[in-house]
Amino acid sequence: MAVAKYVGWALLSLFAAFCLGTVALSRGETISAFWVVAAAVSIFTIGYRFYSKFIAEKALGLDPTRATPAWRRNDGLDYVPTDKRVLYGHHFAAIAGAGPLIGPVLAAQMGYLPGMLWILFGVLLAGAVQDFMVLFLSVRRDGRSLGDMIRSELGNAAGSVAMIGILAIMVILLAVLGLVVVKALAVSPWGTFTVAMTIPIALLMGVYLRWLRPGRIMEVSILGLVLLLASIWVGEWVANSPTWGPAFTFDGKALAWMLIAYGFVAAVLPVWLLLAPRDYLSTFLKIGTVVLLAIAIGVAMPELKMPALTKFVDGTGPVFSGSLFPFLFITIACGAVSGFHALISSGTTPKMLDNERDARMIGYGGMLMEAFVAVMALIAACVLDPGLYFALNSPPALIGTTVESAAQTISGWGFVITPEMLSATAVEIGESTVLSRTGGAPTLAVGMAQILHGMVGGSGMMAFWYHYAILFEALFILTTLDAGTRVARFMIQEVIGTVYAPFRRTESWTANIVCTGLAVAGWGWFLYQGVVDPLGGINTLWPLFGIANQMLASMALIFVCVAMVKMKRTRYLWIPALPTVWLLVCTMTAGWQKLFHPDPKIGFLANAGKFGDALARGEVLAPAKSLKDMERIVFNNQLDAALCVLFMSVVLLMLAFAIRAMLAAHRAQGPTAQENEYVALDAVR
Amino acid sequence: MSRSTPFAERVRALWRFLAQTGRLIVGVPDYDVYLAHMRRVHPDREPLDREAFFADRMQARYGRGASRCC
Repeated sequence: MAVAKYVGWALLSLFAAFCLGTVALSRGETISAFWVVAAAVSIFTIGYRFYSKFIAEKALGLDPTRATPAWRRNDGLDYVPTDKRVLYGHHFAAIAGAGPLIGPVLAAQMGYLPGMLWILFGVLLAGAVQDFMVLFLSVRRDGRSLGDMIRSELGNAAGSVAMIGILAIMVILLAVLGLVVVKALAVSPWGTFTVAMTIPIALLMGVYLRWLRPGRIMEVSILGLVLLLASIWVGEWVANSPTWGPAFTFDGKALAWMLIAYGFVAAVLPVWLLLAPRDYLSTFLKIGTVVLLAIAIGVAMPELKMPALTKFVDGTGPVFSGSLFPFLFITIACGAVSGFHALISSGTTPKMLDNERDARMIGYGGMLMEAFVAVMALIAACVLDPGLYFALNSPPALIGTTVESAAQTISGWGFVITPEMLSATAVEIGESTVLSRTGGAPTLAVGMAQILHGMVGGSGMMAFWYHYAILFEALFILTTLDAGTRVARFMIQEVIGTVYAPFRRTESWTANIVCTGLAVAGWGWFLYQGVVDPLGGINTLWPLFGIANQMLASMALIFVCVAMVKMKRTRYLWIPALPTVWLLVCTMTAGWQKLFHPDPKIGFLANAGKFGDALARGEVLAPAKSLKDMERIVFNNQLDAALCVLFMSVVLLMLAFAIRAMLAAHRAQGPTAQENEYVALDAVR
Repeated sequence: MSRSTPFAERVRALWRFLAQTGRLIVGVPDYDVYLAHMRRVHPDREPLDREAFFADRMQARYGRGASRCC
């Protein structure tokens, strides 16, 4: 029996190697998505079976007899022992966001192979390890948050540094997500109308849940979903109407201001009115869409038209600038490793874990599922004709604003496309243009529309699926803007509260308005800067976001390393140390290049210098229209550079604190980790 | 249902599982579990009713802003 089992695993390993070989070595015109999916599934299965088991049993020593916080502090509310499958759903819904859908789409400019390999092996060795180990450590500490745990294991100073880092990443995250929405909705009346309709729909749901039928989540979600689908259907009519079409057509700047105003209002409203109902909608829609996409890819098994590698691995790509190392590894953050998950793994999940043993399936397994979503996003981007992909994702500064100029430039890069094909695609998806729809969401939407259209076709369905995909991403992001602004607001209140105590009172309206305003101003500034950016914004902001997210992951992993040393499990230190070192190398190199690279497309200071020199000569460089614009570009680049320095310093400071703590723990006789006392599960059950 | 077959039982169990998962996905734990816990551990205290429980959990989940991943 045991022999048969090992033969089975050996066969699966051979199959995985074969799929990977097929994907990596294929030199044909196209390759079926089947090989990518098969490679991912078999590699994840093997990784889960062997590596996560090794971590669970040897490195961490999960103890099934030990009472978890859910049992020790059971209150039926926050701390509730929960069936692991139910909790898996909760955890996955909390970690899955828009990130794994965007990063892989942008990374596809280098071909499908680099992104795929980084997702597959990054998640096994870094992302899932981080989520799993942080979850375990939090379970051993009453389900406390990452910031709290850092404070108690590394000291107060380290805790404060971590908090500033988390606040900064929050600001950049919200700005870049806002930019994705702006880019997707600019001059798209259909998209703008459907997304705008989510606000009254959510308000209606909120009122329904509050007064008409309290607690009926399923009812209200179905009601909301039906209204949403109806608004996509009405959207086509609105877009084609001579009166309503122009009323919902906005440029990027106008949309940015609307988003900023919306973010402020949404974040001060009571949660039951807007945030909660829309979160219900977006969460269920997200799960449903992921399942739908998986089925569609499984049924259609589309061909990947993107080559395995493109010439843009050298860093000259139009989507984001910078060479494969280090920029691929920060472009795909979520999906391979995401620092944000450390906040979720030390949030509500550890308080509901029924048994320590379950941490493996929920922490490690949950992240594998997220990586699978990232793989699907990569597939969706790569089924597009490469010419179309680059038309969607290149800024107008490179490809111009007409289909003729775009087709000519992109064909010159070696990705043949005709102006007619570009115009035809725009008509097919019901938009006025497909040029420079950067930010990943439109690309994903066109790819998803193509795949879903292969499953449920019919005339006009392409346009429906396209706007469905845009709506789904925008809905999700708007919820994040609202919720994230609140998180930032409370952090700012805490920071100001240390200097001026009255600001700590969370029920104070003055503090609420001021701190919400500060939070919105923070991300709004970067959002607006992204909208007016010469290279289209995503080019500048996505790398900054990637650096920030990977920086947070490094902080979480550094903390895990310290905890391992304090637990006297130094033998297994390499498990968290391996991804820590890799992330430090990537973020530091990327940060350094963003600062000092001589190419103005990559280095912030070089770009500031370029515009600064022209300004000194009294010249105006495109896209600036006046000397005032020039001044702003110089200042914004200097600000981005400063932010980059902040991120790098936060990581280096954490590293210094960690080394000090590890040396002290190493010298100590026994374990010094501040875990909860052992309580037998049988004693509290 | 007066007569319950094993199949109907299984369907009901599946439905309950899906409903529980769906609710916890948006941060609302199981009310019956809460009620059972209150009756067992705090028989002296009046438990929240279904509506109040729901409102309480909604505030707990979103009150300070839910930090969700990118």
